[in-house]
Amino acid sequence: MTSEAAFLEHVQSGGVVEAGDPMPDEYRALLVKFTAMHGNSELMGVLPERDWILRAPTLQRKLALTAKVQDEVGHAQLIYRVCEDLGAPREQLLDDLLEGRAKFHNVFHYPTRTWGDVGVIAWLIDAAAIVSQKALLKCSYAPYARIMKKICWEESFHILHGRDVILAMMNGTQEQRELVQEAVIRWWGPIMQFHGTRMPAESDLVLQYRIKTKDNESLRQEFLDGYVPQIRELGLEIPDPALRYDEGEGRWLYTEPDWDELRRVVSGHGPASADRLELRRRMRDANAWVRRAVLADAA
Amino acid sequence: MSARAPSRTDALLAAADDELILGWRDSEWTGIAPSLEEDVAFSSIAQNEIGHARALYELAARETGGDADALAFDRRPADYCCCPLVELRRLDWADTIARHWLYETADAVRIEALAASDWPELAGLARKIQREEAYHRLHADMWVDRLAGGEERARLGGALESTWLYALGVLDGQLRERFRERVAARLPWFEAAGEPGVEHTRGTHTAELEPLWDEMTMVRRSVPGAQW
Amino acid sequence: MIWEVFRQEREGAAFAHAGSLEAADEAFARAYAHELYGRRNESRALWLVPRAEVRTVDEFVDEFERNYRRVDGYSLKSRLREARERAGTQPD
Repeated sequence: MTSEAAFLEHVQSGGVVEAGDPMPDEYRALLVKFTAMHGNSELMGVLPERDWILRAPTLQRKLALTAKVQDEVGHAQLIYRVCEDLGAPREQLLDDLLEGRAKFHNVFHYPTRTWGDVGVIAWLIDAAAIVSQKALLKCSYAPYARIMKKICWEESFHILHGRDVILAMMNGTQEQRELVQEAVIRWWGPIMQFHGTRMPAESDLVLQYRIKTKDNESLRQEFLDGYVPQIRELGLEIPDPALRYDEGEGRWLYTEPDWDELRRVVSGHGPASADRLELRRRMRDANAWVRRAVLADAA
Repeated sequence: MSARAPSRTDALLAAADDELILGWRDSEWTGIAPSLEEDVAFSSIAQNEIGHARALYELAARETGGDADALAFDRRPADYCCCPLVELRRLDWADTIARHWLYETADAVRIEALAASDWPELAGLARKIQREEAYHRLHADMWVDRLAGGEERARLGGALESTWLYALGVLDGQLRERFRERVAARLPWFEAAGEPGVEHTRGTHTAELEPLWDEMTMVRRSVPGAQW
Repeated sequence: MIWEVFRQEREGAAFAHAGSLEAADEAFARAYAHELYGRRNESRALWLVPRAEVRTVDEFVDEFERNYRRVDGYSLKSRLREARERAGTQPD
């Protein structure tokens, strides 16, 4: 048996890999790409939400949202550290992101328009993310699986915060309810695209190496199982007339998401991507002297 | 601001407004701080400030009526009691650190005075705030030491200079002198001279407050009286 | 500089590895660890060690199955039965 075949058998039978262990180049490269995208997404997810910290309508919401967004930055830190220990320097990762060479999740490419978005993002998008993140708890690469524990623990507060924001608005005025409904309509497309296209397991290398332990469609179904009832019980409409649970097939049926849009958006051509990347690029350039000041050896 | 006899909530509102507006400014670094680790640390400082503002507003509301949110958001910009220092938009890291260090030093002087108040609730609250701000001072000192000890001392010096007169405007009278002494003792290389003008001291507002207030209150004002 | 962080969750608990962070020197490492691993009061205390100072020991050999050092190296069942039968105390 070749060492690659032995490695594959090891991870597929539940074996784990540590940072210093020998691993196939393909596995390392896949991990770097996967974790970089995850880290990029956490970081880029911060930018649409930070504006709303400044605009939060009560002190409690301001504090909760600041803490939630702080957690996202913290998650980026955890994930980038894992990626760095696989051989990718942080400055390189950030450069790739800011120069448009790296990918991040679709949802963070869209503008946030109202406080309704704040609620929907914390409630539904974080929910979609947590479904993926729970599946990563069993990742074959142990350093990544370990940080996922902390990440999942922190995400559980975020969803509660999101749901609380939504419930306050749904129990408020007609205007507030309309804000929520409008946000659900705008975000439903990106949410359905979030978990990615259906891919046969044999051609999904990330699945083969047990970096992911569940395929994209299972994750999407799990999200729908959990959250369609939660959305409908508030009297909110989901903008997909084809969405229904089919007892016979034992799964949710829905209108096929626009995969072309996903492809375009993930490669950096989403509506708000350019502005956000520009903001981070400007600050990185303006702050370059700070990095030099702290990277110089301590006196 | 209306002319009336000073009340014991004046000092409270001044501190609360300072913390709220500075917390708002510090939150502007979210997602764009010099490093991810620093982003998390600085965000905690912003959260602490807003938390302090909330506690101070809650205490003030017991006297003035209303609630903390109403005090924080429903006054007109001209009625806020914050000092000009906290209103300044400073998206350069050296300027931010200069303000951070100077404000924490002034705030420490103020909080010590409040901790000695004969209003027991205020004294108790001041002591809680003091304990939490130990981290802020540690953080500010760490940055000032690092920058002052290296190639960037001139940059830090320039930032301190452009912030200095505003920093003097945080406090007045005896407290301002105490603040001056602490800065001189801690940063002997920094020439802390000059007197603040009207534009630097509490009682005036900069042109930056109104756009800040507009953004800060836009959601709240969009559905007046609503629960959020 | 990379620092390894160990956290003690509550009084009496062992310090367990929690993660790592990048910081220029000890002052920065302390300040950052404080918030990365303590902002929710989830840690009673933290240990910080520069990664370069950590030593790994991971070559363990057990060629001769020295089970006399472990609990699974002792099976008392049959001897105990024999002794009880002799003493007439073996339950039916």
